[in-house]
Amino acid sequence: MYKVADTRAAVRKEKLRKAGFGRVKDVSIADVYTIDMDLAPKDMERIRDMLTNPVYERSAINAGISPAAFDWAVEIGYLPGVTDNVAKTTQQVIEDMLKRKMDGKEGVYASQVTFVSGNLTEADAKNIGETLANPLIQRIHVKGRDKFAKDGGMDTVIPRVRLGEEPKADVVGILGAGEEELKTIGKQGISNADGSRRGPLALDLESMKAIQAHFKALGRNPTDIELESIAQTWSEHCKHTIFADPMDEIEGGIFKAYIRASTERIRKEKGDKDFCISIFKDNSGGIVFDDDYMVTDKVETHNSPSALDPFGGAITGIVGVNRDAMGFGLGAKPIINRYGFCFADPSDNNPLYKGEKFTQKMLPPGRIMEGVIEGVNVGGNCSGIPTPQGFITFDERYKGKPLVFVGTIGLIPRKSAGRLSHEKSAKPGDYIVMAGGRVGRDGVHGATFSSEAMDSGSPATAVQIGDPITQKKMSDAIAKEARDLCLYNSITDNGAGGISCSVAEMAKECGGCHVVLDDVPLKYPGSEPWEIWISESQERMTLSVPKDKWNEFKDLMDQRGVEATIIGEFNGSGRCVVEYKGKNIMDVDMGFLHDGMPQKRLETTYTKIRHEEPDIPEKPDLTGDFLSMLSRLNIASFEFISQQYDHEVQGGSVIKPLQGRGRINGDAAVTRPVLSSMKGVVTSQGLYPSYSDIDTYHMAACAIDTAIRNAIAVGADLDRIALLDNFCWCSSNEKERLGQLKAAAKACYDYSVKYGTPLISGKDSMFNDFKGYDEKGNKVKISVPPTLLISGIAVMDDSTKAISIDAKFAGYLVYVLGETNDELGGSEYFAMSGAIGNAIPKVDADRNIRLYNALSKAMQRGLVSSAKSVTIGGLAVALAKTAMAGKLGMKLSLGNLPGKWTRDDYALFSESQGRVVVTVDPKKRGEFEDAMEGNAFALLGEVTGDGSFAVKGRKSTVRADVETMLKRHKSTLGGY
Amino acid sequence: MVNVLVLTGYGINCDEETKFAFERAGAKADIVHVNDIIGKKKRLNDYQILAFPGGFSYGDDTGSGKALANRIRNHLWGELIDFVKGDNLAIGICNGFQVMVNLGLLPALDDNYGTRQAALVHNDSARYIDRWVDLEFSGKSPWVKGIGHVNVPIAHGEGKFYADADTLKRIKDEGLVAARYFKGKVCDYQNLDANPNGSMDNIASITDRSGRLIGMMPHPERAIDFTHQPCWPYLKQKYEREGKTVPKEGPGLQIFRNGVGYFK
Repeated sequence: MYKVADTRAAVRKEKLRKAGFGRVKDVSIADVYTIDMDLAPKDMERIRDMLTNPVYERSAINAGISPAAFDWAVEIGYLPGVTDNVAKTTQQVIEDMLKRKMDGKEGVYASQVTFVSGNLTEADAKNIGETLANPLIQRIHVKGRDKFAKDGGMDTVIPRVRLGEEPKADVVGILGAGEEELKTIGKQGISNADGSRRGPLALDLESMKAIQAHFKALGRNPTDIELESIAQTWSEHCKHTIFADPMDEIEGGIFKAYIRASTERIRKEKGDKDFCISIFKDNSGGIVFDDDYMVTDKVETHNSPSALDPFGGAITGIVGVNRDAMGFGLGAKPIINRYGFCFADPSDNNPLYKGEKFTQKMLPPGRIMEGVIEGVNVGGNCSGIPTPQGFITFDERYKGKPLVFVGTIGLIPRKSAGRLSHEKSAKPGDYIVMAGGRVGRDGVHGATFSSEAMDSGSPATAVQIGDPITQKKMSDAIAKEARDLCLYNSITDNGAGGISCSVAEMAKECGGCHVVLDDVPLKYPGSEPWEIWISESQERMTLSVPKDKWNEFKDLMDQRGVEATIIGEFNGSGRCVVEYKGKNIMDVDMGFLHDGMPQKRLETTYTKIRHEEPDIPEKPDLTGDFLSMLSRLNIASFEFISQQYDHEVQGGSVIKPLQGRGRINGDAAVTRPVLSSMKGVVTSQGLYPSYSDIDTYHMAACAIDTAIRNAIAVGADLDRIALLDNFCWCSSNEKERLGQLKAAAKACYDYSVKYGTPLISGKDSMFNDFKGYDEKGNKVKISVPPTLLISGIAVMDDSTKAISIDAKFAGYLVYVLGETNDELGGSEYFAMSGAIGNAIPKVDADRNIRLYNALSKAMQRGLVSSAKSVTIGGLAVALAKTAMAGKLGMKLSLGNLPGKWTRDDYALFSESQGRVVVTVDPKKRGEFEDAMEGNAFALLGEVTGDGSFAVKGRKSTVRADVETMLKRHKSTLGGY
Repeated sequence: MVNVLVLTGYGINCDEETKFAFERAGAKADIVHVNDIIGKKKRLNDYQILAFPGGFSYGDDTGSGKALANRIRNHLWGELIDFVKGDNLAIGICNGFQVMVNLGLLPALDDNYGTRQAALVHNDSARYIDRWVDLEFSGKSPWVKGIGHVNVPIAHGEGKFYADADTLKRIKDEGLVAARYFKGKVCDYQNLDANPNGSMDNIASITDRSGRLIGMMPHPERAIDFTHQPCWPYLKQKYEREGKTVPKEGPGLQIFRNGVGYFK
């Protein structure tokens, strides 16, 4: 406990007061370490000395410690089995000091006591606990001052995992099961002895029937582990069946027809300018960085877990996608993280419930937002990976499930010790090695859970908390040492489905595997074999290590504090065999496991809805609307996120997330991954969920154009841009939703081909629906709007040519490039009036390509002083951000603004694509205008030094000062 | 050639850029895992400069810098003390500074190496922050020679310098403050407060009495190129307008040059 001012407590007090506990007067915090082992008094003293610093802390051993005055003590600790990183470190510190490992009966547990004073009831104190803790993963214990004094502190709680029975594999009787029983097993899971179910297999009737037929032919029932394993491998999460199955007239499915086909065509058309190296076959996509290096990219989502435990879900997401870099080829080093968050309004406090009669209350949007932001903070910062770019967006339909996009770019030499580093293959006879963390029950059924809508049956075990330091140690040991010593033949990440998927996936490379489950290191004894096999416990990689390299590999891992264990052997048997306690409890044909899933024919419909057009009166003074737009949740500054994510670690930051004097969020970042080279990696994103209400085809086209344009505006070249697609859909068992999906996927084909920007990696999450009850107890289903994130990545030869968004000098000319049309369907301006409209922005790729190429050339020649892509909120917002970033004024006129627009407000707030706002040195005016010839563009006015922002339209005006604009732009989310 | 040992392991994560900065300054730098020193594969004695880089050793669990300091104290104390008492230099950056303070290498009043005398506690915001600051250097340490004002970034959650009143007075009186946060060019440019974390007396960096050991919360290794600076896109155009050459180097490099230069 601090003996000096504890700022954590001050911040917590503020948080509680904001959460409605205005009567809280004082808050203080005590950290508690519960050590379950016999210790000599002198060792206890040494441990105290190591865990506390007497300069600012005081401490007590086996006695209560508290501030002089308090009314309630609220202790929060983790429930048994939940990852407790502080306890893990404490255990390592104690073991290091005692120079011995703790045995299985000993343990360390961390908790924290928050002392509060004020006129508070016991119920208040309990509510405070609930505000600070998440009952799904944490316990809350409240004591009053008197009881605390009488007991001499809080109670000693040892949250050890105790699992009852002797673990064994069960046989599941499906041979004689009828359709109803098969359906129930598929939906609710295998039945336990007491009649309860083990959680969703997410297998539909057709799949269950295929499994039944397969085992009927073998003349036996499957074991539980076999059934669970097949369910993992066949899950939507792992197999992406909706993208793979035939859809309407597309026999090969939309992945092959629209995503893969476009990339293949682009690569062919690019010829020797093709920069793709390894696409669609590994954990990330890999493209050329330079002659010596490749960069890899992958974007994932972690939505369902983030709804239940926002911090745990988000940190697990970010460290999980880091492993997609580590699992690329022979192992890439993570070099850049990025994020995208879709939330409901954080001020919405109307509760949702998963269960009937106000049971299983969901966390409110504000807590989800704070937890998710914090999770990516800890995951990225602790791992030492810069996070220079991301976005946050809001829609009430993200209230049931938020969307949490997390991406990681990796760097890997093109050759590692003479081997092509993007190629790998497990060989028969190689050891199957699991490295990193241990296996527990956390993360059981994560893959199948995310393949379904969230409802009252969603398993709490799917929630877990990442441990970035365990992973960092492993990442360093593998990507910085073992890889270039040739100590393994293949490597992959343990993500969805755990070792059941990673081992089976690698076994495809050689033809079979034999796993001894008894050898898998466990966090605690007692897990069932099927749980060990499919658990998604984090921070683990699976490697195939040649027998003659094992000793060297093991030594290296030991020296780096990384646990590595042989759990079996790869072979060429054609079978996936799992042994437990001397018996083969799983023995499945590799062909059936990977290809036995019955194909479904998907049918789609797509009915376009005509929305009402809003009736917005034309006003002579648009200043009020302009300022309101700047402060809307979807446009407001999210500086508080950019600032808490380390974007400079690894030493390669060039264009930062906050730009100019005004510290305004940019749309793209530039980072140099190789410190001796000025080559940069450009990262950008595009996303328009609100457009899906009108037309998902154009929604997808706009997302693609925006990701490209954002990269162009910071200095990337169109020839060098690659894209990633992440579909987060809803109710994907409905024809209409599939129709929307098909249209969006078609746009991905059409526009990536037009732009020549290959899709190098992607991921989908198809059931972002919430089924539960609202604040009145009425049944509700909340589905996210069909959301497609397009991420852009580009290699930039000379990052000193990068362009920031801020206006830099008074007197510089302000241009808009591209056409502005009355395209306000789905726009933020219409949303401000509660309307959707119909005139969705459409992308003219041919016109944009000409414009983007001309702009890139002008930038290369140094003709452009600043560039801001026009995105959500339209021209007015782009101009405002340019001015605010430079803390300079502007004097502008819409007089000759190109395009078909009818009203000043529409011109200002239309979200027409293909536009960029640039400022140009007046001395370079001629050169710049020559460079842009043949494209639609207009000089709107100039940058001014007086700090006033004025736009004159045909009938209306905007007049504001930049300081007020900044204040409005930053106040919306300023309290977070 | 000056040899620099850049420590790594257990969540240290600024090792590569710290090595790069020393090499840019003319040294030869090796990244060495702490366990390779414990395992006697590498010896501190073979180096003239020891760098504790930034990072998140042990995830900052139980308080930043504590756990790694414990591991070093448990296994390497004798070798470390011999090194720092010799005519060698050591620098701790960010988490490295936290480790040095927890090891009692800084400020080491009365040459009492090994006793904790100061601390780096949670920022006033109780939140991790990455931004740029202006530093005003002072004192006689070879590390800060000739450096007046520079701007460099910080990135930390626990960087608030704390010492009790007596210790603080002695740190100041004995000239052990190496750098303070102040409102200079970068704070003016980005309109930010000078002190990013609530540090006492705006202290960003201290040394021991010899000046050979220095610790600082800011990250000079992230400020060695011109393009590291947040205002570089503006500065570049400003220099071009004024007909000046656009520099290639950033303001943080001089610290590494000073370290290497000490041995020349």
